[in-house]
Amino acid sequence: MQVNPWAVTSIALVVVVTFYLGHRTSRFARSTHDFLVARRTVRSRRNAAAIAGEYISAASFLGVAGLVLKEGADALWYPIGFTAGFLALMLFVAGPLRRSGAYTLPDFMEARLSSTGLRTVSTWFVVFIGLLYLLPQLQGAGMALAEIMPTPAWAGSVLVTVVIAYNVIGGGMRAITVVQAFQYWFKLFAIAAPTFVLFAVFATGGAGGSGSAGALGDPAPPTFTGQTQVSVETDVTLGVAEPTRVRVGDAEWTTWQPGTDHAVEAPATLTFPAGAPVPTVDPAKSANTDWLLPSPDLDGLLSTYSLLLALFLGTMGLPHVLARFYTNPDGKAARRTTVQVLLLLGLFYLFPVMLGMLSRMFVPELLVTGDTDAAVLALPTGMIPGLGGQILAALLAAGAFAAFLSTASGLVSSVSGVIATDLLSGKVRDYRLSSLVVALVAVALAVLLPIEDLTLSVGMSFALAASTFAPLLVLGVWWRRLTWLGAMVGMCAGGGLVLAAVVANVVSAHTGGWAPWVLQQPAIVTVPTAFLLTIVVSLATADRIPDDVGAVMLRLHAPDPLGFMRDRAVQRFGRAEDRAQGGSVQGGSGQGTVRPAGQPGATGATSSATRTSPGRHRK
Amino acid sequence: MGDSTERPDGIREPDPTLGKPARPAPPPMVQRSPEPRSSEARPPRIRRQRVVLAEPSRASNSLRARVELEQQTSWGELLIKDLIKVQLRTGVLLALLVVLVLGALPVLFFAAPSLAEARLAGIPLPWLLFGVAPFPLMFGVGLWYNRLAERHERDFVNMIEN
Repeated sequence: MQVNPWAVTSIALVVVVTFYLGHRTSRFARSTHDFLVARRTVRSRRNAAAIAGEYISAASFLGVAGLVLKEGADALWYPIGFTAGFLALMLFVAGPLRRSGAYTLPDFMEARLSSTGLRTVSTWFVVFIGLLYLLPQLQGAGMALAEIMPTPAWAGSVLVTVVIAYNVIGGGMRAITVVQAFQYWFKLFAIAAPTFVLFAVFATGGAGGSGSAGALGDPAPPTFTGQTQVSVETDVTLGVAEPTRVRVGDAEWTTWQPGTDHAVEAPATLTFPAGAPVPTVDPAKSANTDWLLPSPDLDGLLSTYSLLLALFLGTMGLPHVLARFYTNPDGKAARRTTVQVLLLLGLFYLFPVMLGMLSRMFVPELLVTGDTDAAVLALPTGMIPGLGGQILAALLAAGAFAAFLSTASGLVSSVSGVIATDLLSGKVRDYRLSSLVVALVAVALAVLLPIEDLTLSVGMSFALAASTFAPLLVLGVWWRRLTWLGAMVGMCAGGGLVLAAVVANVVSAHTGGWAPWVLQQPAIVTVPTAFLLTIVVSLATADRIPDDVGAVMLRLHAPDPLGFMRDRAVQRFGRAEDRAQGGSVQGGSGQGTVRPAGQPGATGATSSATRTSPGRHRK
Repeated sequence: MGDSTERPDGIREPDPTLGKPARPAPPPMVQRSPEPRSSEARPPRIRRQRVVLAEPSRASNSLRARVELEQQTSWGELLIKDLIKVQLRTGVLLALLVVLVLGALPVLFFAAPSLAEARLAGIPLPWLLFGVAPFPLMFGVGLWYNRLAERHERDFVNMIEN
């Protein structure tokens, strides 16, 4: 493959800048209580950009375009779903959750239902959700790097993990809102600028790619304009819509007939003559008209609704979203921030869709290898051979890596924060240990498990969040009669079903793909089950309603000026100025406590900081 | 609830008996939890709640409502329940709006495939409806909800503090 030197440079630049920023901010964080100061002065607009920046992951940056390339109009649901999840968050959960003062999801469970058992179970589910979401980020990084340089697929995963682990263990990066906000604008630029350029090129007909430009609505599959060689890296089974001449490796020219599957073993090179239609990997749609229309069968319809349910209810259960959410000063600001996030996300998602359309026309060979997630990166050089294309590809690669780094670091940081505060004892040493463990487990899974479509894996983590935390959040905030037993049963049932579906999927991927659509999009079954079980068991155990439910509901819903908010992080860990010197992020004594990253200062009504942890007192 | 203190938007007026001479009070509401299932002689758990009857108002009116809220008396609980109900109703209605509009789209294209082939300015209609239109819709609904929720909260605070 031709190495694109610009892309290598830009990726290296992004990695180095991230490394440096993490390094610098960790030193900065040690000396002042800047978490508190930053919190009070951060306006909701910047906070919104930070949340959006962290939320736009590999799935949004690469996966959506790849899926649009492969599945056409059906893939448009992903951006809608991602954004609708934030809307659901705002309508049902944003204000009350902030007012509860909880700094993690398990903490909210304990605050609402007074049950430490539930807290522990929630922690485990947060870990699963985080890992399921982390996996596609790392695999995407591996794929992106392999697209740019001739590296093996695991190299990118390991690179990203090392950078993140260093930053998170060092303790600095995630807390700094400015960095994440910058990430959003950079990612927006990185995807918008090439899109504008490529679209202009397309509109003026100046593109010289290997694919046939033809109208998108042609009934024929896309065709190769010149003789094209496609290198096959993984075993694939191809199908053709018309008789196609092809040469496998150095063998004789043969003709593939439609209707039968043609298996190709990796590594191989396929040569197609000019004008040959592009064969496709099942389930990519092969004709352009199919691709443009939403899928017409009932199974597809139900599968779409299942996905939408998962995305709509899953966002509120993602660990990194919630933790950054907590950095708002009060409930009203939390709502306002979410509105702005909606705007920023809507703005962003226009571009991957357009890139997907363009790649359908200009890089159709990606359909052959099934490697559609890399569509975004291969598109510029496919359309504009030479320097211009390389620079655009470099920009996209940099944006993709920024996406991997920011989301993955947010995930590792929030998941290890949850582990440290809920399973271990909350000291800095525990935080570092859990970061290391999470990073190692994630990279091991990323390297060992087969690579699926990025958006599919992300969809599973949304389904898990929607089946475990969404019922508890929605019912916990609005329904007085929730009990911890109902919550436990609902969470375990919903979560267990989704995890079983994940395992079944992995098994089926290795043994021939027998999984029906329900196993790939389980939300339509698991979410109602979880809700129903939670409600039924809560009603059945009505004597276990917590005694303080009235006070808790008041705290969640009373408007902020009345001053009923609490700050549970301050109550548990104390404020930074009371913190032991050794407890700050670079301290080696391990006697300090870990603050949840980015937690805010106390509000006016809760200024008593109860120290619960030992440590030396030093100002 | 339908009693005379409820205004149309659901925010409750302050107790009209404040500052007025005592009237015969309705019977107190005390909730009892169900009998314990175990055979041990556990006393039935009663959630103790301070019940508000008419009292001569010594404290100023604005403090009274706040105090009742904080102590979660029966009146205080009703106050916050009303706010919760109003906010939930707003949220659910707006969510239903979005869900119906977006959810109707796949069914629409399923039922009327000819629509799926229409084009607007050269771009197929499904792409416009799925890829562009939902985002301003969701942003608009978000703005609208924010405005409504803030208004409910302002009304509640005004009612408490007056």
